[in-house]
Amino acid sequence: MAAGKKEPVVVTGLGALDKPASGLLTWVDARFPLMENWRAHMSEYYAPKNFNFWYFFGSLAMLVLVIQIVTGIFLVMHYKPDAQKAFESVEYIMREVPWGWLVRYMHSTGASMFFIVVYLHMFRGMIYGSYRKPRELVWIFGVMIFLCLMGEAFFGYLLPWGQMSFWGAQVIVNLFGAIPVIGPDLSIWIRGDYVVSDATLNRFFSFHVIAIPLVLLGLVAAHILALHEVGSNNPDGIEIKDKKDADGIPLDGIPFHPYYTIGHDLFAAVVFLMVFSAIVFFAPEMGGYFLEYNNFIAADPLKTPPHIAPVWYFTPYYSILRAMVWNFFYIDAKVWGVIGMGASTLIFFFLPWLDRSPVKSIRYRPALHKAIYAVFVVCFFVLGYLGTQPPSPVGQIVSQIGTVLYFAFFLGMPWWSRMGHFKPVPDRVTM
Amino acid sequence: MKKLLSTLLLALLPALTSTAYASEGGPALDRAPDRSADVQSLQRGAKLFVNYCLNCHGAQSMRYNRLQDIGLTDEQIKSSLLFTGDKVGDMMTVALTRKDAKEWFGAAPPDLSVIARAKSSEAGSGADWLYTYLRTFYRDSERPTGWNNLVFPNVGMPHVLYEMQGEQRAVFVKEKDPHEEGKTITKFESFELVKPGKLTKLEYDSAVADLVGYLVWMGEPEATHRKQLGILVLLFLGLLLLPCAWWLKHAYWKDMH
Repeated sequence: MAAGKKEPVVVTGLGALDKPASGLLTWVDARFPLMENWRAHMSEYYAPKNFNFWYFFGSLAMLVLVIQIVTGIFLVMHYKPDAQKAFESVEYIMREVPWGWLVRYMHSTGASMFFIVVYLHMFRGMIYGSYRKPRELVWIFGVMIFLCLMGEAFFGYLLPWGQMSFWGAQVIVNLFGAIPVIGPDLSIWIRGDYVVSDATLNRFFSFHVIAIPLVLLGLVAAHILALHEVGSNNPDGIEIKDKKDADGIPLDGIPFHPYYTIGHDLFAAVVFLMVFSAIVFFAPEMGGYFLEYNNFIAADPLKTPPHIAPVWYFTPYYSILRAMVWNFFYIDAKVWGVIGMGASTLIFFFLPWLDRSPVKSIRYRPALHKAIYAVFVVCFFVLGYLGTQPPSPVGQIVSQIGTVLYFAFFLGMPWWSRMGHFKPVPDRVTM
Repeated sequence: MKKLLSTLLLALLPALTSTAYASEGGPALDRAPDRSADVQSLQRGAKLFVNYCLNCHGAQSMRYNRLQDIGLTDEQIKSSLLFTGDKVGDMMTVALTRKDAKEWFGAAPPDLSVIARAKSSEAGSGADWLYTYLRTFYRDSERPTGWNNLVFPNVGMPHVLYEMQGEQRAVFVKEKDPHEEGKTITKFESFELVKPGKLTKLEYDSAVADLVGYLVWMGEPEATHRKQLGILVLLFLGLLLLPCAWWLKHAYWKDMH
């Protein structure tokens, strides 16, 4: 691509538009900054050359987003957002609509895969300090995407109108009822009824297919624009823009296209699609974790299931919710649970300012830090596992310990992130 | 770091596993034989289903002529499986209204379209549950129907297949409660055949396996096709796209250092 050396197209006044175009591209470029954007975001966006395995997950998240939108469009063509028909319309898609089963399994598997990919993407940001200055806004937009994704998943989960859809929504909306004074009215306002009903299904459908996706797409655009403004971080956590050649190009930077698009992410996409297909075609229920068994029973407002568990990607926060069992300061334990659950997700926003480490990347941090990250990861998994299980006395104590450690990780960060002996950071990236 | 991780996991494991099954009750489920590839078995199961289940239970998401997928022709379906005024393209619905059902059985019989998927749990697959359920009905004079069930205690459904299985009695023994001092629990010990049915035990188990196999098939008629297609998709991705992508990756990066 010789685009970099091309003469800039000079357009002066409307007269320029009348000149015969030498090619379609020139014609478009005279009217729309096509090549300019292509260069800014693809062929002349210089990314560090030392990206590793962890850097696959950003582009994979984009891939899953596209899968979800395309399959979602086809599902909406056949799905009926009506409490009388919703459950059956899903089975109709599974049996009568040509390839409906495939589209539905791709969408249900895509929901879980979205969270796997996003959790790995966030973890990458945490271990390499990608949220540190000047990338605070990249991170904040990212956390907002994460919150939107949780909303999108929650609203979408009601739509199949199975027992878990219904009772899961009932439990979560009831949480808002715990808020003092306005709580009870607020939860009725959210449901549009005294219980989860047709009104709730319709508004959740609207949120799931219009409101949240719109916000999500806007945030994704903001996330990428902010990233391309400041440039990507890398596994060494150093700024490649500090060392440039005579043309002002970072010495350790390579054009995002084609080196990362075709030379890196395409391979990742194929590997990802193999895992994705293995689940879609051979284990779409994923042992009851991606499609809960109870959700194959149509919603019945009169029959509460003995054990209501959210889908796996919400279970760490659900455990934190259940871990709060004391009425501190005369405030109901349920309210503390809601506060704990909310705080456990919102606390990610503050990471850029909680981390005071002199180096960004975990590569140059003391062993102590690595141990703390390990404990955090174990906590996340243990809380996640316990959230899938029915409540038990042992589980409660373990989840309380897990909750304390989870918050200690974040709230203690201003102190522990400065402790220990840091390794020297190199001037240039290491391959 | 790895050592720390594994010590932590080891310390937590016993706590986790003991909580996992603490609340699970009920008897262990028998494993249902897998007959999903046996078309003859599926056809026998379909016949049992239409004859014995479809009087009270519906399968609203299932069309009669979908039975073509298990090797039946429209003519065969019409002549031996359609008893009501239904057409071959109709859904498997029942005339029984929810109101009547509630009056007669105490609860409306659930739709069976996806019952095999719904009954899966940590204790076993949906097929295991159904296979055990349909073989553990026993006489109980305290129940309004005269029947009770081991995996679904106090179930509203009477034993529909009793002519085939015969009538059995459950033998319970009293045992000390391991969790509470001084209390006893009743524990199931064995079944005793009171009145033999038309089939021997082996024949009956096999018939139930056919029926359960059919219910599993009906839960997702596309399942076999799905798995076949999956192999093709994975071969395409793994043998064609993966090497191409790998080659591109190397071609672009070979001069990078």
